[in-house]
Amino acid sequence: MKHIIKINKGTLNNLEKKGCGECQTSCQSACKTSCTVGNQKCENK
Amino acid sequence: MIHKYKLNDKFILLDINSGGVFKIDEITYDILDHYPEKDRNTVTKLLQSKYKVLDIGQSIDEIDTLISSDELFSEQESITYDFKNNTSIKAMCLHVSHDCNIRCKYCFASQGNFQGEKLLMDEETGKAAIDFLIYNSIGRRNLEIDFFGGEPLLNFALIKKLVNYARDKEVQHNKNFRFTITTNALLLNDENIEYINDNMDNVVLSIDGRKETNDNMRYTINNQGTYDIIIDNLKNLVNKRGDKDYYLRGTFTKFNLDFSNDVLHLADCGFDKISVEPVVAKPDMDYALCKEDLPKLFDEYEKLSIQYLKRKKDNPFNFFHFNIDLDHGPCLYKRVSGCGAGNDYIAITPLGDIYPCHQFVGDEKFKLGSLETGIINKDIKDQFYKANLVEKTKCTDCWAKYYCGGGCLANAYNTNLDILSPDEVGCELEKKRLECAIMIQTEQ
Repeated sequence: MKHIIKINKGTLNNLEKKGCGECQTSCQSACKTSCTVGNQKCENK
Repeated sequence: MIHKYKLNDKFILLDINSGGVFKIDEITYDILDHYPEKDRNTVTKLLQSKYKVLDIGQSIDEIDTLISSDELFSEQESITYDFKNNTSIKAMCLHVSHDCNIRCKYCFASQGNFQGEKLLMDEETGKAAIDFLIYNSIGRRNLEIDFFGGEPLLNFALIKKLVNYARDKEVQHNKNFRFTITTNALLLNDENIEYINDNMDNVVLSIDGRKETNDNMRYTINNQGTYDIIIDNLKNLVNKRGDKDYYLRGTFTKFNLDFSNDVLHLADCGFDKISVEPVVAKPDMDYALCKEDLPKLFDEYEKLSIQYLKRKKDNPFNFFHFNIDLDHGPCLYKRVSGCGAGNDYIAITPLGDIYPCHQFVGDEKFKLGSLETGIINKDIKDQFYKANLVEKTKCTDCWAKYYCGGGCLANAYNTNLDILSPDEVGCELEKKRLECAIMIQTEQ
């Protein structure tokens, strides 16, 4: 494509085998006050 | 839903429902003001004075290709908040000390005691908390404990006992404990640094940035700023920490709206993992951030993101809120459920009382129960269970919802007395941080 460069293909709407609940709780990482879940890593191996 | 923005002379396009990220040119950016709501011919007529008709056509063709492959304007996945494993506890903020050896103007813990007596947790309560976590974490393997306060190093002997206790239990129960300690660094010495670096998976070290910024908000009981006392302690710990995680964690307030200088100061001191965040405060406090501060703060985030990129090659550092993993980030369930306070995340006081998170500790109406009774205030638990993107109407049409997760519930309560109603200033700052974080990703 000339006008649009894909940085990543979104896969959020694929819910197969998701929701294991093993990823880090966001407030335990560094923030303790403001919540951002998008910067956590998926731990569903 | 899409979101597009210009930052650092780059045009960036997000597909919200899929999480797709694209770098686009200015023609495409302008076309998307009109297309696909208006048809191809209408859009061409609107823009042909600015761009070549051929280029407009090519760009629309590319947009159509992405729409047809469900990568742009993708469908919203139907999701309810009846998430798998959502109510099984996995993370605990363990308040081993409701006492503190410093005073911070913005302290949500009322100078360490959380509106109560100065207390240190005893061994029996600490062990009961770990047992509670194990027995209420059905279906979870990775369990997190943050030793918190007040100042947790005031109860360091207990921390060592509890780490040993948890390690003994984890094999038996097929759990994996991850420990964090959050400390103001005043009591750090060679001995406890060695222990912390050996046993804590993460360390959160409190410092606000430049000496004048830090000392204006953080000082000892004798009114001495903490910067000169802690800076060498912090360097000592970090120098010995190797590759293990840590964050220098600061707070910015109305008094240091130029907070990018605080972040860069910490980077210049040699620290490479930094988190400096907006204060959570009731709006009537003199240090609270308000709407009028937003243009300045937006500018600061943008300046910081550009500096961040410049340093990436020769002198890189990691700014917590610019971290974003576009390919391996959390799934939609996690993003919809948000911080998990009161459900998969709880806080335990020195007396064994249970609260939804550390920010609500001391406010009796949010008390969920105790280690003796278990969680008995089902009404509060249910309110927090429902505090997710499905129920937060203010989040429904927000482009940032799947990156943010709905924001800090304590921040919402402080501002709007409603955990379902996010704080507007916090939302705007979050959106700007995300725009910067994603822009940085497009440059790597």
